[in-house]
Amino acid sequence: MTDHILSLMTFLPLLGAVAILFLPKKEAGAIKAVAAVAAFLPLALAVKLFCAYDRGSYLPQFVERHAWIPAFHVEYYLGIDGLSVPMILLTALLSFICILASWKIENGVKGYFGLFLLLETGMMGVFSALDFFLFFVFWELMLLPMYFLIGIWGGPRREYAAIKFFLYTLVGSVLMLLVMIVFYFSSQSGGHTGSFDLLQLADQATHTGWLRDPQVTLPWPVGVVTLSSFRMICFVLLFIGFAIKVPLFPFHTWLPDAHVEAPTAVSVILAGVLLKMGTYGILRIAYPLLPDAAARFAPWMAALGVINIVYGALCAMAQEDLKKLVAYSSISHMGYVCLGMAAFTPLALNGAAMQMASHGVITAMLFLLVGVVYDRAHHRNINGFGGIASVTPVYAGFVALAFFASLGLPGFSGFVAEAMIFLGSWSVPAAQAFVAVATAGILLGAAFHLWAYQRMFMGKLNPKYAALEEINGRELFCLIPLAVLAVIMGCFPSTVLDLMSSTLHHLHSSMLDGLTQHHVAWWQ
Amino acid sequence: MPMLSPDTVAALAMAILLLPLAAFAVQIFTWKRLPRHGDWLPTTAMAIALCIAVALFANMQAANDPGFRVLAQVDWIHVAGAPLISMGLVVDNLACVMLLVVTLVSFLVHLFSTGYMHGDPRYGRYFAFLALFSFSMIGIVLSDNLLALYVFWELVGLSSYLLIGFWFEKDSAAAACKKAFMTTRVGDVGMFLGIMILYLNTGTFNLAEIFHRLPEAGGWATREFLGLPLLTWAGIGLFCGAIGKSAQFPLHVWLPDAMEGPTPVSALIHAATMVAAGVYLTARISPLLTPAALTFVAVIGLTTAFLAATIALVQHDIKKVLAYSTISQLGYMIMAIGLGGYGAGLMHLTTHAMFKACLFLGSGSVIHAVHSQDLREMGGLRRKLPLTFATFLIATLAIAGIWPFSGFYSKDAVLAQAIAAAMEHPGWHLVFPAVGFLVAAMTAFYMFRLVFLAFTGSPRDAHKHSHAHESPPAMAIPLMVLATLSFGFWYLGWFGHLIEAPASALPEALRAAEVAGAEAAHIHEHAHHLAEILSGVVAVGGISLAFLFYVLMPELPGRVVGTFPTVHRFLSDKWRFDDLYRQFPVMATLHLSWACGRFDRGVDWIVNAAGAAGRALSSLAGGLDRDLVDAAVNGVAQGVKDLGRTLRGFQTGQLQGYATVLALGALGLVILQVALQAALSDSSFEFSQLLHDLSPGEGLTLLRRP
Repeated sequence: MTDHILSLMTFLPLLGAVAILFLPKKEAGAIKAVAAVAAFLPLALAVKLFCAYDRGSYLPQFVERHAWIPAFHVEYYLGIDGLSVPMILLTALLSFICILASWKIENGVKGYFGLFLLLETGMMGVFSALDFFLFFVFWELMLLPMYFLIGIWGGPRREYAAIKFFLYTLVGSVLMLLVMIVFYFSSQSGGHTGSFDLLQLADQATHTGWLRDPQVTLPWPVGVVTLSSFRMICFVLLFIGFAIKVPLFPFHTWLPDAHVEAPTAVSVILAGVLLKMGTYGILRIAYPLLPDAAARFAPWMAALGVINIVYGALCAMAQEDLKKLVAYSSISHMGYVCLGMAAFTPLALNGAAMQMASHGVITAMLFLLVGVVYDRAHHRNINGFGGIASVTPVYAGFVALAFFASLGLPGFSGFVAEAMIFLGSWSVPAAQAFVAVATAGILLGAAFHLWAYQRMFMGKLNPKYAALEEINGRELFCLIPLAVLAVIMGCFPSTVLDLMSSTLHHLHSSMLDGLTQHHVAWWQ
Repeated sequence: MPMLSPDTVAALAMAILLLPLAAFAVQIFTWKRLPRHGDWLPTTAMAIALCIAVALFANMQAANDPGFRVLAQVDWIHVAGAPLISMGLVVDNLACVMLLVVTLVSFLVHLFSTGYMHGDPRYGRYFAFLALFSFSMIGIVLSDNLLALYVFWELVGLSSYLLIGFWFEKDSAAAACKKAFMTTRVGDVGMFLGIMILYLNTGTFNLAEIFHRLPEAGGWATREFLGLPLLTWAGIGLFCGAIGKSAQFPLHVWLPDAMEGPTPVSALIHAATMVAAGVYLTARISPLLTPAALTFVAVIGLTTAFLAATIALVQHDIKKVLAYSTISQLGYMIMAIGLGGYGAGLMHLTTHAMFKACLFLGSGSVIHAVHSQDLREMGGLRRKLPLTFATFLIATLAIAGIWPFSGFYSKDAVLAQAIAAAMEHPGWHLVFPAVGFLVAAMTAFYMFRLVFLAFTGSPRDAHKHSHAHESPPAMAIPLMVLATLSFGFWYLGWFGHLIEAPASALPEALRAAEVAGAEAAHIHEHAHHLAEILSGVVAVGGISLAFLFYVLMPELPGRVVGTFPTVHRFLSDKWRFDDLYRQFPVMATLHLSWACGRFDRGVDWIVNAAGAAGRALSSLAGGLDRDLVDAAVNGVAQGVKDLGRTLRGFQTGQLQGYATVLALGALGLVILQVALQAALSDSSFEFSQLLHDLSPGEGLTLLRRP
């Protein structure tokens, strides 16, 4: 069974989607049940995978490799290493939770759950593909259901938000496609030109050299550029493509709109999984394939990361819509990932990967909790509540827990990740100024969370909400696993770090191997 | 008594740490289903923890070893390529004393709360939070490394937030808990930067390891940054954490507001333990504080002691007086450590924990009795609350520094340190003893002002007075225990011997010139005698003045206020710090955030503008396509159509007409040929050749001809 575990995890949801296609529209209960089963099976497999994964090895595991389009050397090549395992686990968990969280969807049940399962297939595929072409296919595949999920089941401005999301991501895809073609035509594999094998491309980048011509001729108006400039151009294109997804300032404005309009479960997936595809792509593709350009671009990345941290937190503080606040807090938290990647010490790199997992769990909690209050009050205006902790103590308790996890309180995963990023980045002398500025994020993060909490939950009870319904069992069932995970990862970080440490160590050392002293001035 | 093995000591310390955590975990989820809402559960856990702490304390006394130290560590964060980060606990004499202080006060506060909080709708949750606090505070005491310390440091911040905001329906409580968390976090940022400097340069968080590696640290410690050695910055950074948690100037503003929490919480967290954590931290890191950093610490302590004492003079809220007195006393402790009086500062911490907890619980007893916190509504409570009065008086005598109470000894030690500092460094150091004794006099004054206003004279609010009643045993017992512990003899003999200042870990280049041993001993002995006499004099002076103002001539305070209205308003406004902070950091941040929010809409405007530009371009292209390209296509079609319509006129269907046109055509051709032959007879041009070229197949050739 472990032979095809990744294919199963990727395509079981698709199978479920097909099954839903054949169910009559009226059978809403059956459709939901099929969706739940189709999302639960990958979760069960994910648990098995968590147990079976060999933590000592940095090589891809559970590999499946078959020729797919032989004419272009495209392969069906799946495999996961320490970078993708936490993401796969997160995807499986959040997808299942989101299916449960969507239980109350009443319009277009068939389409909603079918598209949701299709989305899961796309996400699983992105995180397990080791072939660039396959990666790209899954990347685009996931775009389509997301567009419809926001555009059909979203809020009042859903069409605007959906088109904005779709076009913005597509711009990134186009940039990625360009670089993918460049890589294909400049790589050698087994005596023929052209490869999409990401591991081999990375190997070529660090060991056997890549593009030996000293100069490259680009179309007008660029003209002739040196190889290193050309690689820098490739990196920046790829980086922008992924930065849109993260999203990094100034490419972030699609996110608050998408979140505000998207239904709760879609927001959870969007913030919990989709954003990580950006940083995952940087670590999986941009870094290993263009290590020298990455090293030279790192200071800019660090600056962008710090801007995200501080600016995101400041914007969050200015919001009156709770969901927008949470969306901007995501922007702030993803800045930590960017800073950690830019600093590129083992500690910071592990911290960045840890933050990806941690943010996935914590932000999922936050969006679920926003959904809980929105379902009851039908608005999300922070100033429109007041004192509701006295009528919904359990709900208030969970929000407090999620807020404190989100503001980086020790005992929760966010603290470990952020502390590792800070400590790891601080050891890069040139990055210390960035870190010093980023510590303002510690304060601002606490400020906007606590201020929002005070306005919504504390003070005199707003009489309008004297009969506000307490959080129910199904909602708690969605939240508790996430809360437990945030605490486990915060108290025993090795549960996650052990999964990824060897892969990231390999990434770190192999990238530095291929670089000259000149390149790594920032990273030394 | 047989001595405990190191493993046993570590296991016992672990038990003390985990008992309240377990109590919290059970209590927070199940309190509604437990009998008495589960108040017995955390209380019992703390009672057991107290017993263990007593055992450890007895073990310390039996071992009588100033160098006693047990360390236990586990791996925490281990990633390939980076040094291992461990979590660990350390038990030494200081930790043993602190454990006893924390578990004792915590247990007594739990006990007191069963009476004080009785009938509160969230009674059970309150006890869960108290247990969470106890766990975090014990964690701070036992941490062996700076990262672990920071973890528990933040957790006490959380429990403090939860307990200050326990009555969150009150707007003032909701604002106060946020203010407390945010203000202390400002200090924590500095603390984290300090931790990062030390970790980067020594590769460890473990304090003992850091001290060990400092002398051989090479260049980094002395490398200058903004005019000061890096090690000084590290020390000041760490001390920032203490400034926040111990409510030192300029971050002292949160503590008075924190009085919004239930009074037992104020006793436990905001008087005896958490606020003392900053002093504990400063003591723990004192070996790495450079002379410059120590001076900084001492000046901050002195400023705080003075500032808070002046504000305490004019407060009317019984808890606010005690809060400012706490800030002032914490300033004393910090100053002592800054001046090198490690033992003096820690002894004052210990004695203060007891008498200040007694004072706060006593004020809780008063508030419980009269349902008011305003001193102007009290008076004459001596007869109604005899036990509260007696214990309160003992604790007040202790804080005023009257022999034979504990405050006399510890404050004397602190002030002796200040005198010694002035004698060792003649010059501006004279300010330490001068202001130090002034603060001592003010302390005696405002504390007895409180006692006289609340307990003596005639009741100012007869209704409240008549309903007042003495508190139940659960509240009385803690008061009596703490009052007993406010006597000095408990702390004599062992403290100075077992709590020994650790040796400085500074590199040679950063050490201050030391005063010779014999001379230093002489100075200290001299300072000690001087302090004993002087502190007695100022304490009695302060009490007498309070007696004069509030018993003999009650109209005197009003006259003094009338004479100096500006000073009085300035002190009542707490030196206007709150206004200043509301103006600058708070409003500035809010304005910045609104500016960012607007700027972000600007960024989004660019995105939307790009979208709009795309649409404009597409509609332009659409227009061109419609009006130019498609118009051309349609134009061709229209032209053909028009041509067809014109030509259709010729297709009449009448044979005669066709025959006529045919005949005319043939005639025309003949005429044309004749005419052409006549015109071109000299050239080689053949009409038949022209016809041949125009024939199908050859036509293209014709077109291609240049």
